[in-house]
Amino acid sequence: MTTTAETRVPSGRYGLAQVARMEWIKLRSLRSTWWTLVVTAAGTVGIGVAVGVNTRNASGDVTNNALAGVVPGLLLTGVLGVLIMTSEYASGTIRATLAAVPRRPLILAAKAAVFGAVTLVVGEAASFIAFFAVGATLRDGVAAPTLGQPGVLRAVAVTGAAYCLIGLLGLGLGAIIRHTAAAVGVLVAGVYVVAQFIGIMAHGVASYMPILIVANSLSTTMPVTCGTDGASCPDFLSAWAGLGVLALYAVIALAVGGWLLARRDA
Amino acid sequence: MIEARNLTRRYGPTVAVDALSFDVRPGSVTGFLGPNGSGKSTTMRLILGLDRPDTGQVRVGGRRYRELRWPLREVGALLEARAFHPGRSARSHLAALAASNAIPRARVDEVLDMVGLTGAAGRRAGKFSLGMGQRLGVAAALLGDPAVLLLDEPVNGLDPEGVRWIRDLLKSLAAQGRTVFVSSHLISEMALTAERLVVIGQGRLLADTTVAELSAGSASLEDAFFRLTSAAVEYQGSTAKEATS
Repeated sequence: MTTTAETRVPSGRYGLAQVARMEWIKLRSLRSTWWTLVVTAAGTVGIGVAVGVNTRNASGDVTNNALAGVVPGLLLTGVLGVLIMTSEYASGTIRATLAAVPRRPLILAAKAAVFGAVTLVVGEAASFIAFFAVGATLRDGVAAPTLGQPGVLRAVAVTGAAYCLIGLLGLGLGAIIRHTAAAVGVLVAGVYVVAQFIGIMAHGVASYMPILIVANSLSTTMPVTCGTDGASCPDFLSAWAGLGVLALYAVIALAVGGWLLARRDA
Repeated sequence: MIEARNLTRRYGPTVAVDALSFDVRPGSVTGFLGPNGSGKSTTMRLILGLDRPDTGQVRVGGRRYRELRWPLREVGALLEARAFHPGRSARSHLAALAASNAIPRARVDEVLDMVGLTGAAGRRAGKFSLGMGQRLGVAAALLGDPAVLLLDEPVNGLDPEGVRWIRDLLKSLAAQGRTVFVSSHLISEMALTAERLVVIGQGRLLADTTVAELSAGSASLEDAFFRLTSAAVEYQGSTAKEATS
């Protein structure tokens, strides 16, 4: 406080690097972040092991069973993504954030970069740990899959990436809706509930539902069959197409959220 | 230097700020006075680019807020007492803001010390009293050692020691050549702190003057303020009536 600021302002301008550093400090300085991520990973592995232990059909898609915990686990990263945005509105932090970074789209871009990286790491770790944990705990007579078998490495890896994409979808929804309860409601409805109805009513669209993409496109190593009558199954997307569709959802939510963030009063 | 020119902002049918023009100059504390609902907070938000004016514009240090290269190093603002996440510590809150404007980490401990929060810096800020929250807000405003300071009701929730501390702090910041713009509805406090005054009512400029000029001819600054704003008070209570049985 001994000099006036005009003499000390450095050259250049704040940019994504500085804003990402801010978002990283914000993310890691909340205990709830770490709890949520630990519970996500532990839940994914635990459910996977439970399903794996109960797998009797050795000719089935054991990898898909091992990744069964991903579907509920995704909910937590999605909600965490929502909260990263909505908790700023709930607490009033958003005003401090916007005063520090008035170029608003940078804020959402930085949040997406930081949170996307964290959930990608956690998601991949959860997915691979679940895979190996299930392999070690299968009952006798059911052979553990290996990453070298066709489609297995792909299934485990793209499933891990789903955490990141659902998390980013949540972040985008949080930016659009701004209220925690409403945004979580839309996320759960969009990802989980609607899929159940559409899955029953319109097969053609069902394969584009996020949760069915994760369960039937990303985490599978062989074509999904529905009971004895394979023909009644929707035409599920391939793993890569499924990943692309999920990424598209996240990008759309973030783009709309960023556009609204830049336009609206805070 | 803050230059507001013809600022107008409507929210639905309500005109919150109406063709408002004023300058806030460096070197003195400028008080921003007005009755409840007169548009003080809206004006502050327009200055910071949090809300957009319908017409007109406001420049800080010659630029619009959005164009500032290192906003926190140029403008420090305290808008509300609790603009922080309750689960985050005061130190982390400030560290995050510092990182966004490449402010050295050592500055965080410096401002914590200045506002007297060093001992509480590691605690979850959600447990802070209103006064401590206010101090954290002041620390955030001072973080970038800015030439322009904007404080909305900074003495809210502060104890008498805190009120005096803010008063002395604002005066010393102005004496260093900074632009200090402080809104308040406490006229007696402004009489002690400010040299210049911008007074608004119903979103319109009522006076852009000095404390000495405004209080001349009135018993007190308060009396002068009431005379000035009598026509522009939106929410007015009446004196208590005796209960009728």
